Formats: sequence, C-alpha cells, structure tokens
Amino acid sequence: MKPPVLDYVAPRTLEEAALLLADDSREAKVLAGGQSLVPMLNMRLSRPEVLVDIARVRSLDYIEADSDRLAIGAAVTQADAARHLEVQANWPLVAAAISHIGHAQIRNRGTVVGSLAHHDPAAELPALALALDATLTAYSTRGPRVIEVADFFLGTFQTDLADDEILVQVSLAAPPPRTGWSFREVARKHGDFASVGAITLVSRGAAGVEWARLVLFGVGATPYRAVEAEQLLVGQHVTPEVLGTVSAAAVADLRPPSDVHATAEYRREVAASLIRTTVEEAWRRSA
Amino acid sequence: MTTDLQRTLTFGLNGEQVVVEVEPRLLLTDLLRRRLGLTGTHVGCEHGVCGACTVLVDGRPVRACLMLAVQAEGCEIRTVESVACSPTQLHPVQQALHDHHGLQCGFCTPGIVMSLVALTEDGVALDDEELRDELAGHVCRCTGYRNIIAAARAVVPAPVRADDEEGGR
Repeated sequence: MKPPVLDYVAPRTLEEAALLLADDSREAKVLAGGQSLVPMLNMRLSRPEVLVDIARVRSLDYIEADSDRLAIGAAVTQADAARHLEVQANWPLVAAAISHIGHAQIRNRGTVVGSLAHHDPAAELPALALALDATLTAYSTRGPRVIEVADFFLGTFQTDLADDEILVQVSLAAPPPRTGWSFREVARKHGDFASVGAITLVSRGAAGVEWARLVLFGVGATPYRAVEAEQLLVGQHVTPEVLGTVSAAAVADLRPPSDVHATAEYRREVAASLIRTTVEEAWRRSA
Repeated sequence: MTTDLQRTLTFGLNGEQVVVEVEPRLLLTDLLRRRLGLTGTHVGCEHGVCGACTVLVDGRPVRACLMLAVQAEGCEIRTVESVACSPTQLHPVQQALHDHHGLQCGFCTPGIVMSLVALTEDGVALDDEELRDELAGHVCRCTGYRNIIAAARAVVPAPVRADDEEGGR
C-alpha cells in the first residue's frame, strides 16, 4: 500500500499550476490537503504521472466575507475555515458542517474547496454548497470560469471541472435574515462518512415559513435538494402534521443506494426522520 | 529508474533542520521510520483511519500516512521521540497516560500522545464531549478508551462555566 511512482511540483502561482495541468504530455492531478487523494494513491486507485501541489499558492489562501457571502480559497484547510473568526461569528452552519468531517487530523490538512472538487456524495461540504447556493470558480489556462452549484455536482466523484481546471474558490451565499439552520448526520461510527445527512435552512415571517432549503446527502450520487418539500413548507407554521407531510415529500423521489453501511430502506427512513428533526430545529433557531 | 524524480526536502524535525533527497511518492511515515530511524510513529492502516501515525505538523495533529514527505517542505514536524522532558522525565501527557493506565500494547499510544500534546499546548478548555471529539481520530484495540479519556481529562482543562457548553460547535 504505497503510492505509485510519480512526479511532484509545488508551483507558487496559480498560472504555473494551470500550465502544468494544461500540459497534455503527462497526466496531472491537483493536490491540496491530500486527505482524499493520498489514500487513493496509497491504494493505487489513482495513478497520476505528476502531482500539482497548490497548497503553496499564497493567492489561494484567503477567506473573505461580507454580509452577502463567504468566499473561501482553495488553500484554506477545513480546520482553519471552522476556526476563522468570521465563520465562528456569522456562519455557524459552516462551522457545524466542518466539525462533522472525519477527525481533527483530517481537518487540519483537508481543504474546503478540495472536498468539493473531490465530490464524495456522502460528504458534508458538497451538501453545504448546495444548501447555500454556492458559486464555484474554476481556473485554467483559459482563465476563470464561474459555475453555479446546480451545474457542478454531476455524480459520484464527478464534477463539471475539466481535466485541466483547478477549483480555486467556493462562494457561499448568506441566507435571508431571520433564518434558522440545522445540520444532522447519521454515520456508523464517529467520523465516518454519513450514511444519511440533512442540512436545513428555514426563515421565519409573519405567516410562518417564508423561505426554506432542505438538502439531503448520502442518499444518491449527488447531494439532493428536496424542492417539492421546500415548497410545501413555505407559508406554513411548523407543526407535527406539517413535519410529517414535508418529510414524506422530501423522500418521495429518493432512490438511495444500498451498500455495506446501510440499505436503501434505512436511508429513506432516516432521511425522513432527519428532515423532521432539522426543520423543527431550524424553525426554533429562526425565532 | 526513479532517481531522476528525486527532490531535495528541507524541514524542521524535533527542533533540528533536516535535508534529505526523497522520491515524491515517499510517505512521511516511511521517511520518519525507515530513512530517519524514528520508529515511534506507528503505521496501523496506511489509509487515514487509525491515528497511530499522528505527528504534529506546524503544531497541528496530522496523519503522517496521508502526507507525502515532499509536502513537509519548510514545515516543523514533531514526533513522539521529542515529547519526553528528558531521558528520565516524562512529559505530563505521558505521565498521565502512565498514571491512568491509558495504554496496554502501546501501538496506538504515540499518536494519542501527539494529539494530547497539541491540545495541552493550545491551552483550550474542552468539555467531555469535545475532548472525546478531539481524540476520535484514534483507534485503540486494547483499552476500551476509558483510561485514555481519563488520562486526557487529567491534562486538558474543562471549561469553568456551565454555559460554555453551547459555544464553539
């Protein structure tokens, strides 16, 4: 269980990195935190000819926030993002999602943007990006390209990134005022990938729920936004009856996988339960 | 032949500067153990789940099996060999693990020592759940964890005020 023979370059600038990826003569793979890629190298599931380490590209090491958005560059680790004063103060959902990723050692190296580029559909951050209407910025020798989250996650380990593109930033949108949030995940062991998870945002108005986002993960090849369930929730006050209707609607179209960790039936049932729990908690937090 | 892929690596290790030639595919664990003879860092799984290989990189616990040696360029690495205060005096973390019988075979222990060293140096107070969370990246087959947690509790302060519970997560 050792990595295959490969070359390694640590460019200092984004342009250098883009040129390395554009070089057709060698198969290149981007390395940042390595918490997904290095295990794959160790098991020889991935055999690139050259690793392009972007962790030293200083221009990618930033977190920028204003009242509308939180932008995180590709070199920022999950731990540093969660610890950032801005995130701690104003983006508790982001801190909560990150705290569920793996274990402390993983979060000290793994990057926020790297998790999105890797796209394990059972991971927390792709679901977070979907819940917060993210825009993703890719970069290549052709320049930057902005991708809406709805177009980004295509399937398990598949995103809209071209082979020569580096994902350089994720920008998360701030929810409306008076929005409560909730994050829940069920996993076999602490730190495992989620068997099922839910992220819910609910904003409160005079007539009840004014706006809602319901995202499930671990339930298919991409994170899943339960759009019909969101629409059922808007205009309602959150009662046990409404929770029942909304959770049933949220899972009605799900075709979750069955695997060694959980059956499809289990995932569907737990997904419905997590919707009930997270909607109720987000509703309470919106007060 | 892969000698043409060698890279020169310069980094701080247990307070000293090290300069070595390495293949890019060499894992940090193998650099430490095989090339540099520091076998205190253990390899349990080599895919990032057991925690036995935990070292400190710039003060932060990291799985050395998930780092290529070349990624350590310019970093400060600390391994378990650097922890004892002297050849005859244990670090408080080590002393606590001894006092609370927090190890049996000792295979997982160096990784846990490094995580606890980082926590004690951070000086942050953690409640019981947060403390377990910070150590959750370590698998132990011998002890059932209870004595490890007791040792950790002895060296990591708990929050003073009850209403600190909600913060930080």
